Amino acid sequence: MTAAPQSPDIMALKDQARIVRIEILKMLTASGSGHTGGSLSAADIVTALYFYKMRQRPGDPSWPDRDRFILSKGHAAPLLYAVLALSGYFDKSLLGSLRKVGCPLQGHPSSKLVNGVEVSTGSLGQGLSISNGIALGLRLDKKEARVYCLLGDGETQEGQVWEAAMSAGHYMLDNLCAIVDVNELQIDGRCCDVMTVEPMAEKWRAFNWHVFEINGHDMEEIANALDEAEKIKGKPSVILARTIKSKGVSFFEGKAEYHGVTPTEEELQKALLELDSNGK
Amino acid sequence: MGSRDQATDIKSQSADFCGQAVATRDAYGSALLELGRRNEKVVVLDADLSGSTKTAKFAKAFPDRFFNMGISEQDLVGTAGGLSLTGKIPYASTFAVFETGRAWEQIRQTLSYSGLNVKLVATHAGITVGEDGASHQALEDIALIRVIPNMTVIVPSDGFETKQVIDAIAEYEHPVYVRLGRAKVPPVMPAGYRFIIGKAHTFSLGSDVTIIATGIMVSKALQAAEQLKKQGIDAGVVNMSTIKPLDTDTVLEAAKKSKLIVTAEEHSIIGGLGGAVSEFVAENHPVHLRRIGTSDTFGCSGSPDELLKLFGLTSENIVKTVEGFFQDFRR
Repeated sequence: MTAAPQSPDIMALKDQARIVRIEILKMLTASGSGHTGGSLSAADIVTALYFYKMRQRPGDPSWPDRDRFILSKGHAAPLLYAVLALSGYFDKSLLGSLRKVGCPLQGHPSSKLVNGVEVSTGSLGQGLSISNGIALGLRLDKKEARVYCLLGDGETQEGQVWEAAMSAGHYMLDNLCAIVDVNELQIDGRCCDVMTVEPMAEKWRAFNWHVFEINGHDMEEIANALDEAEKIKGKPSVILARTIKSKGVSFFEGKAEYHGVTPTEEELQKALLELDSNGK
Repeated sequence: MGSRDQATDIKSQSADFCGQAVATRDAYGSALLELGRRNEKVVVLDADLSGSTKTAKFAKAFPDRFFNMGISEQDLVGTAGGLSLTGKIPYASTFAVFETGRAWEQIRQTLSYSGLNVKLVATHAGITVGEDGASHQALEDIALIRVIPNMTVIVPSDGFETKQVIDAIAEYEHPVYVRLGRAKVPPVMPAGYRFIIGKAHTFSLGSDVTIIATGIMVSKALQAAEQLKKQGIDAGVVNMSTIKPLDTDTVLEAAKKSKLIVTAEEHSIIGGLGGAVSEFVAENHPVHLRRIGTSDTFGCSGSPDELLKLFGLTSENIVKTVEGFFQDFRR
């Protein structure tokens, strides 16, 4: 069992996020396909969830009192697989066969195949409704467990996200915390050019959510927002986390073309050097 | 005194709807209420149509376990999925056209691919929606759901069977689609009948023709078989209430015994019961086959009875179809 510590060890979390990024890059280079940009942009947030905030028992994945994480932006599967493996849900050696025939690590997560994956995602816009349902069920059972749902900013172009935003506000789901990975890019380019999603904070507030706006790469801000969200009663919380796509690999950062492109072996080595030097 | 006795009788009868003419949606509303009393895990969701789908009865009795999601079917399906992940048994209802059409991809991705224990119980399926017209008449829903892996598709024929279906699916840990209607239907299933998922009920097999029917068409098929027998045509009837998984043993038996198989459904002839039976017999035991249903077309406004006649969903049309076949066959 991994119990949530009382206060975050920021240095340790930063280093953990660095290790998560290394696993993501190795996994993606080995598979030769997958989503680099959006896995790296949300790496700090998801590291904080799995290695600081969430109450989980990797040895007992269906423990009823666990906090739930729903990866609504299912294409960030490599990030989810990295934190699950590093938490001990399954053997790390599995990461090398991402997206290969017969490997449980599908291109987008399948809950039937992988311990720790709560529900299958990949088709955008569906995770928040699922999270609401879990939050309602936990509330009926008077459980203290919380639900965390990670969305992409581009994903909020899906209408269902706003149906779900309305429902969570209506049902005052204060055991729910949504996190939007605001990396400002989507496959076809900048969100503001493809389809404007701003102003985001005003939209969520209008749906009766408590809004936190943070730097999604500042571990202290992330941990703090997750702690504060727990104290908000009578409404759900959303953390709008400003991030940089492909964060951690300088020559990929902020480039829309690395949404779904994986590193070459050469790029991997260069990236690992950067991440290694960050760890020193 | 007489009226009081009558009221008591209706109440005592209403438990299982055996022998009663009732809309399947009404049987659903009562069955759900009783199930809710017995099983605390049952939760119900609706999309602003609880008065019509009859989930309002459950909502009134168990307000804490009822969630109105408003006019948002995609969120309805996703939220039901989430509730199932906490061990609840969600019954999610709205009209068939919206539940299967508007939320099809949510059913595919969230429910079916993840194998979530959600019961989609849709009402107002088929042409007997009546006056509301084509926008509200689901004639494609069986096809839409049947094509998704892991889904079970059930179309009860009367109130008695509906009650049993609603109880049975609570014990069956898979995503299920149940198709119910708006209009009152006559009782067809015999006392003592026990519904089993995936098992058809054979009234009889005909050496000339077996009519494999589902939903409201079972009663029409039984009438048609009586008429055909009078005309010297040996006709049998099968109630195929589970369309997926299809009871292929029963279809094979009918295909071997009968010269002709007729399928009858209040649905498009494409992709529904007729499609399922055709696919099976074509590969396993080719036999003459006719499909009765709506023919690649939308419905329209009108009273349910007028529409059933207009679209040929009548015992007369079944008789005519069989007669026509045997006229050609003997030539």
